Amino acid sequence: MQVENKEFKPKIVAFCCNWCSYAGADLAGSSRLSYPAEVKIIRIPCSCRLNPMFILKAFQRGADGVILCGCHPGDCHYTTGNYFARRRMTTLFSMLNYLGIEKERTRVEWVSAAEGAKFSVVMNDFVKTITELGENKRLEDLRCKR
Amino acid sequence: MKKIGVFVCWCGSNIAATVDVKAVVEAVKKEPNVVLAEDYQYMCSEVGQNKMISAIKDYNLDGVVICSCSPRMHETTFRRAAEKAGLNPFMVEVANIREQCSWIHKEMEEATEKAIILARTAIAKVLLNAPLQSGESKVTKRALVIGGGIAGIQSALDIAEAGFEVDLVEKKPSIGGKMSQLDKTFPTLDCSACILTPKMVDVATNKNINIFAYSEIEEVSGFVGNFKVKIRKKARYIDETKCTGCGACVEKCPSKKTPNEFNEGLNNRTAIYIPFAQAIPYKPTIDASACIKMKTGKCGICEKFCGVGAIDYNQKDSFVEREYGAIVVATGYNIINLDRFNELGYSDCKDVITSLEFERLTNAAGPTKGHLICPSDGREPQKIVFVQCVGSRGTRSCDKQYCSKICCMYTAKHAMLLREKHPETEVYVFYIDVRTPGKNYDEFYRRAVEQYGVHYIKGQVGKVIEKDGHLEVQASDLLSNEQLHLDADLVVLAAAIEPDPTARKIATMLTASMDTNDFFTEAHAKLKPVESPTAGIFLSGMCQGPKDIPETVSQAGAAAVKVIGLLSKDTLKCNACVASPNENMCNGCSLCATVCPYGAITYVEKDFRIPGGVVKRRVSQVNEAICQGCGACTVACMSGAMDLKGFTNKEIMAEVESVCK
Amino acid sequence: MEKTEMREQIERMTGVSVRKCMKCGKCSATCPNYDAMEFHPHQFVAMVDNGDIERLMESKSIYTCLSCMACVERCPRQVEPAKIIEAVKLLKIRQQGANHLTPEQVATMIDPELPAQALTSAFRKYRK
Repeated sequence: MQVENKEFKPKIVAFCCNWCSYAGADLAGSSRLSYPAEVKIIRIPCSCRLNPMFILKAFQRGADGVILCGCHPGDCHYTTGNYFARRRMTTLFSMLNYLGIEKERTRVEWVSAAEGAKFSVVMNDFVKTITELGENKRLEDLRCKR
Repeated sequence: MKKIGVFVCWCGSNIAATVDVKAVVEAVKKEPNVVLAEDYQYMCSEVGQNKMISAIKDYNLDGVVICSCSPRMHETTFRRAAEKAGLNPFMVEVANIREQCSWIHKEMEEATEKAIILARTAIAKVLLNAPLQSGESKVTKRALVIGGGIAGIQSALDIAEAGFEVDLVEKKPSIGGKMSQLDKTFPTLDCSACILTPKMVDVATNKNINIFAYSEIEEVSGFVGNFKVKIRKKARYIDETKCTGCGACVEKCPSKKTPNEFNEGLNNRTAIYIPFAQAIPYKPTIDASACIKMKTGKCGICEKFCGVGAIDYNQKDSFVEREYGAIVVATGYNIINLDRFNELGYSDCKDVITSLEFERLTNAAGPTKGHLICPSDGREPQKIVFVQCVGSRGTRSCDKQYCSKICCMYTAKHAMLLREKHPETEVYVFYIDVRTPGKNYDEFYRRAVEQYGVHYIKGQVGKVIEKDGHLEVQASDLLSNEQLHLDADLVVLAAAIEPDPTARKIATMLTASMDTNDFFTEAHAKLKPVESPTAGIFLSGMCQGPKDIPETVSQAGAAAVKVIGLLSKDTLKCNACVASPNENMCNGCSLCATVCPYGAITYVEKDFRIPGGVVKRRVSQVNEAICQGCGACTVACMSGAMDLKGFTNKEIMAEVESVCK
Repeated sequence: MEKTEMREQIERMTGVSVRKCMKCGKCSATCPNYDAMEFHPHQFVAMVDNGDIERLMESKSIYTCLSCMACVERCPRQVEPAKIIEAVKLLKIRQQGANHLTPEQVATMIDPELPAQALTSAFRKYRK
């Protein structure tokens, strides 16, 4: 039997709001602050656009970690969007345990457009956490795997 | 089958150095629906755009994916080009392989692999994209300027000059701001009041400008072109329509022990006061916390002496609601609180003063009529020490990390003026670096040293203590490697500046972003220096970062031009990515309307055909001119009827799937 | 020890980076024992940054520093000069402590003329 010794590379989906965190990610880029390539960013208009179902579906499709980044509370481009996001995510977190997913696999971080350095730190840390947790097997839908 | 074209940009070596562009092209070619994949050095150049335009025509493409820099940078460029070629602009997607790939990764293999995934994700999205049309909204042709300092005054004048109505809101009783407190201005040494007060008069006499002095912003709603703002006019306890500004009330007021804010507390003012002689509006204000009548009910002298009966002790704050097309923020700055710098003795020794206090002490209209004295005992100072960078450029919690920018120049100004008026004095300036970039600025500083004999010493002051009516200053002279002990009469601290504390509240109301120092952030550090990332909000002056008067005035003018450009349009193109309900699925539960921050959702009764007849149902309707496309409603919708155009559930899910593949 | 190695060790010991210094001289302006010191607090920071550490280690200044921490309190950039002076002093003490013989060296020095006791004591010296 062949032992697979390939290093575990987690699949991480980062939902970033267009106004703060996506710009923060861009700033991390233009400041050349690196973070692991496992992180793939999906742009959404506001953190409140993120339906908690997207997170569960991402896990189903084989993501190992999902992170949501939005503007700092009080700084939302749409005034109140991130407050909605915060409540929805709090509710989701309490459900994740029930579903048997470690709640460390999802995270909400507030990253402003000026916090490129923070974005990089957060992503490095999140990837580290997920790498330590290992692969997400619980919710993964094998039918989605090729 | 939809036909997709993919263009991979090299961005010179910015992308091509870490991403194998050819490999990306080869990989995306294998994706279904991709009929064309090409790479080019600079896609954003005219040649690059033309390449895309002709490809859209030649291949009859249904969608385009550009793998290049951030969509925040060039998405509109490429969408505009697509429009030229007859393709709906929303059929263009940008895969961010520069900021989020080539610039953060160092290994080519890793970066290329990620770039391919990002390209694939954008393809997955563009396949589901639908052509969108933007609606239009009208523009209210009036501007609001928050802050009546030189920045606000200049912006207001420039906007009014172009023929638009401007409301200027100032929280203090008079406009004029910090500049009205200054004595002289560098580097030409003209008198601050002489150049500012004519502008203030211009503001007062301009037909297009309404001054709301002693007023604050209470509430802001709406969006670019259509802001609704509630202004609180604080009670002055004076009927401004009756008051003639004769000043009899101020003269007779018996309560004379309130520190005068305008003179930085160096003397006292009466309870009913006009901050300074050139104040605009020239109307008194009663300080309710000092007024004897309002505290005890006994006095009323001002009322007795007022010839026109303008005093009204029962006046209440009033509110005005106005609509604006654009808002200029010019909230200005303050100097920091120096209580935590006890080594420099500011809170213990009266003769240790801030440079703004020094400014008042040398001002001919100031508390001493311009006669420089030590505040402790009124003697004329012989030896004066200036300390630079107090609270600037530090990392402690009481420090500001940034350079306050104006202190080097105004200290040179102070030192020079001192030596000119009082050649017998000895003037020392302790500096870390002398920073004088700007036209005629370094020449100015050199003049202070060479012509006026100001002693510039490289080093910092470590300790100031009061001894026998003198100040003992212990400092280091780094160039001669000595510790100096000076006997000074007056120590002037160049305190760091910080944004006005009210700015944070205003930023929250405007949903304009701020940096960690509470300065407003600009939309782009280089290319959009006067715009806030929030559309319709413009920045002017110190609220955006430390700057001197010439820079403030030029930024104020620039902000005004942007406002004029906006107000000269009759309509604005709205955001095309708006929420849209599927009426067949909507159950009319109203949840979406409760989460909408803009009130864009209303309900209508509609007829629906069902087998065997017609039913009336209540369904939601989105006002596309008001909807800003945040998507809060899409998640709140329980029946899944609400979706966001341009970021539909399906599109986002397709992206997720593609990332996880 | 290499110069950079020494600087790095000092930075490790103190937990501060000398590169944060903006050369304002407030530490030396604050120092109450300035005149008794051959090298002043700001010089310690600058010389450690330049790798000129051996001169500091030979200087008496490392013992004349009062450790009053006034410079630490006042430094706007939190470079904490007193900690750096302390680290240089520690480096010196450790260097003295490292002056003993290692077992390998003892073997090469065995000489019938030399009393065995001298070797043993040199071997033991500063061991603890």
